[in-house]
Amino acid sequence: MAEQKNSSILGRGNREGSALVRQWFDELNELAENDGQAAYVFVMGSIGEILQVFDIPVVFPEVNALQTAVRRVSHEYLGEAEDYGYSPDSCGYVKADIGIQLREGEYPMGRVPKPALSVHTNACNIYLKWAEIWQRMYDIPIFTMDVPGTRTAGSQSWPGDRKFVNDHKYVTAQVKELFALCEKVSGVQFDIDKLREILGYANRMNQGWKRVLELNQNRPSLFNALTDGTVFLGITNVYRGTEIGAKYFEDLVEEMEYKADEGIGTDCEEKYRLLFVGVPCYPIFRRFNEMFSNWGGTFISSTYLWFASGGNNFGFQYDLNNPIESLAEGILISVRDAMDSMFFQDQVLVKMVDSFQADGIVYHPVKSCRTVSTGLLDNRRAVMAARDIPSLFIESDMVDRRAISEAQLKNRIDAFFEGLASRRERS
Amino acid sequence: MDQAVFTEWHDKNLDDILVECRLLIEDLEFPTLRRWRQAGGKVLGHFQVYCPEEIVHAAGMLPFKIRGASLQPMQADSHLGSYLCSILKTSFELVLSGRIELDMFVAQPICDAARNLAAVWGRNFSYPCEILYLPQNATSNYSIEYLRGEYDRFRQDIELLIDREISTDELCNSLVLFNQNRALLRTLYAIKRETPWLISVDEVYLLLAVGGLIPREEHNDLLQKAIPLIRQRTSTPQNKPRIIFEGGFCEQPPLDLLQSISQVCYVVDDDLFIGLRWILEEVPLNRKDPLYPLAEAYLESSSYSPVQHDLRKPKEKMLLKRIEESAAQGVIIAAPKMCEPALDEQVTYTYALDKTKIPYIVSEFEENMNDFDHLEMQLETFIDNLSFEKGVESDG
Repeated sequence: MAEQKNSSILGRGNREGSALVRQWFDELNELAENDGQAAYVFVMGSIGEILQVFDIPVVFPEVNALQTAVRRVSHEYLGEAEDYGYSPDSCGYVKADIGIQLREGEYPMGRVPKPALSVHTNACNIYLKWAEIWQRMYDIPIFTMDVPGTRTAGSQSWPGDRKFVNDHKYVTAQVKELFALCEKVSGVQFDIDKLREILGYANRMNQGWKRVLELNQNRPSLFNALTDGTVFLGITNVYRGTEIGAKYFEDLVEEMEYKADEGIGTDCEEKYRLLFVGVPCYPIFRRFNEMFSNWGGTFISSTYLWFASGGNNFGFQYDLNNPIESLAEGILISVRDAMDSMFFQDQVLVKMVDSFQADGIVYHPVKSCRTVSTGLLDNRRAVMAARDIPSLFIESDMVDRRAISEAQLKNRIDAFFEGLASRRERS
Repeated sequence: MDQAVFTEWHDKNLDDILVECRLLIEDLEFPTLRRWRQAGGKVLGHFQVYCPEEIVHAAGMLPFKIRGASLQPMQADSHLGSYLCSILKTSFELVLSGRIELDMFVAQPICDAARNLAAVWGRNFSYPCEILYLPQNATSNYSIEYLRGEYDRFRQDIELLIDREISTDELCNSLVLFNQNRALLRTLYAIKRETPWLISVDEVYLLLAVGGLIPREEHNDLLQKAIPLIRQRTSTPQNKPRIIFEGGFCEQPPLDLLQSISQVCYVVDDDLFIGLRWILEEVPLNRKDPLYPLAEAYLESSSYSPVQHDLRKPKEKMLLKRIEESAAQGVIIAAPKMCEPALDEQVTYTYALDKTKIPYIVSEFEENMNDFDHLEMQLETFIDNLSFEKGVESDG
């Protein structure tokens, strides 16, 4: 009986997650082949809850771009964008997408539908420029959900605070304006009961995602935040506000709780528990992880799982009795949290060193993303000053192989683990 | 504060005034800042591009425009990542090295790199370091009201620092002063546009750039003295093409680079220190709520830059408008190295200029560069082509 449960539940999150993402790509491919259109959105605040109300399918150009890297063809797309005029120093995701657009949507997963509109937050400034590019290419409406972030470290305002009111009113106004735009684009009327239903699904997903991340405090860790975590992250983004997404995360919590109860960890025999700060190295995604797992290093958490889920890790729960105001509140708090995870994450990391019993921190800034990478060196200094914990600082890229030196990475990683081992011996 | 911090230009002729301005902006010890602080004044440093300096001024503080510097970021390099523009690093180097001392720091999320600054700064200095969130959804019906509220929040943070309230009268006085300043700058730019042989781009730059280093009262005095002297110059027009310089909204090109450009062409308009000239019209006085018209002006009567997202101001159309209004014949589309907003906009600009058949060159610069051979060569060829085209047109 126990064995039966083992085989049905263990690895379910990865199996079903991969299948669901594949299904999503296939649906988009079919849409594109039938000349259908979608909303182009971004991971740091997709505002998927609103788009679902109007039955507008979503395309994540960041996900498409990383697929070109994982499938090892990103250089082709980057080259085409650079030939078009974009600088080698511009964001690789943008250039990979431009390459895709120049190929009429053709990419390794099939074909991407053309945009009917773009919705983006200000969590990344490049989102704004990226959307402007599509506006010029396709003459489509683009909408900025402008979310004021945290002004100074630790000064977040909350509902009931005087300083929260102005930000909340601003986001609420934009939510209503986006309703009007979506009605116009889709021809579907706004339905508040449908919004309630979608927010209910999002609540279940948010709760599950928060719980899954907390559960990895378990020793041994239950999932690899870099590899398994990226599958889970995909579902938080593409199935946001859906029953499928809600159920997936409830099942995932069940799987992780089961593993915790049974003392089952990841495939890697855990010797060193690591926190990951930055963006994954998609062009050598598996190999990058192996450089750590070969030494018994497991990634127990990652800031990427926070900001790239648009702050869903915060676990915000919408008030279904007051859906519009609460939606604005949720967008404001969650997207702000995503931005905090990039700019003000040092104190959270210090706390996690203790609560997750981390042995080391891996900082991985990337050339393509200045949002995430600019302050990591300083962040590292602050965390190291607060806690006696070893850290590794390695640079590469999330999409551009030209910025990745595998041999150099391996040397640095090996030296890091040798240091960890001798530190452990000494203690 | 009654005591002036920049007096070296007093009683001098125009050429000597310009020399004093150059000495000031190239002085890495920032003497005006030191004098201000020695007299007991507080300083709010704000990173590029735009800051509502009126609020800072109303608090009796010196709004100091942080614009990088020509120095090596030895200490900043151990705090900031690779692949970054120079201005970000050298600006931080200025505070790490103690060259400038601040009482408060403010940055706007103008780009992905700069939006990290307040957090980095705040981890290293004990004075308030904050982000001012200027709206990036300029067309929302609530944007002006939001910005008015954000300015009010900013005002309250400053009040905490100075330990007193900023009065409405103080705000109104500051608005009047800054209105005067912008009007003088508009006049300066009008002279450059209409009679470019009277004042070159590097000379205008000197008169403009000191504005971020001294109190506006003093800047107004300086401009009021300099403008009539410029008009009295007897220079005559030369056979130089009329050019726009685009790409100086944040990191500043070296002065010598601007001089090199001015030797071969008339730069009739530019976006250098556009934040100091962001608001294009007089901000009306509203004694009941002076912050509202200031917020309104930021959104409704303002210039453009690659770091502001406003659907009503597509950058390529704004550039074409700038070209038309200044009767320019060509454009230098420059970008600071590693500046993603400017580099991305170069693509937009070049496609628009190709379509309208307006000649241009594309170039990159860095504030610390001192070898301009490549650009000079590029420029010479460009000017040759422009002259040829002009010749063909007049022949035809």
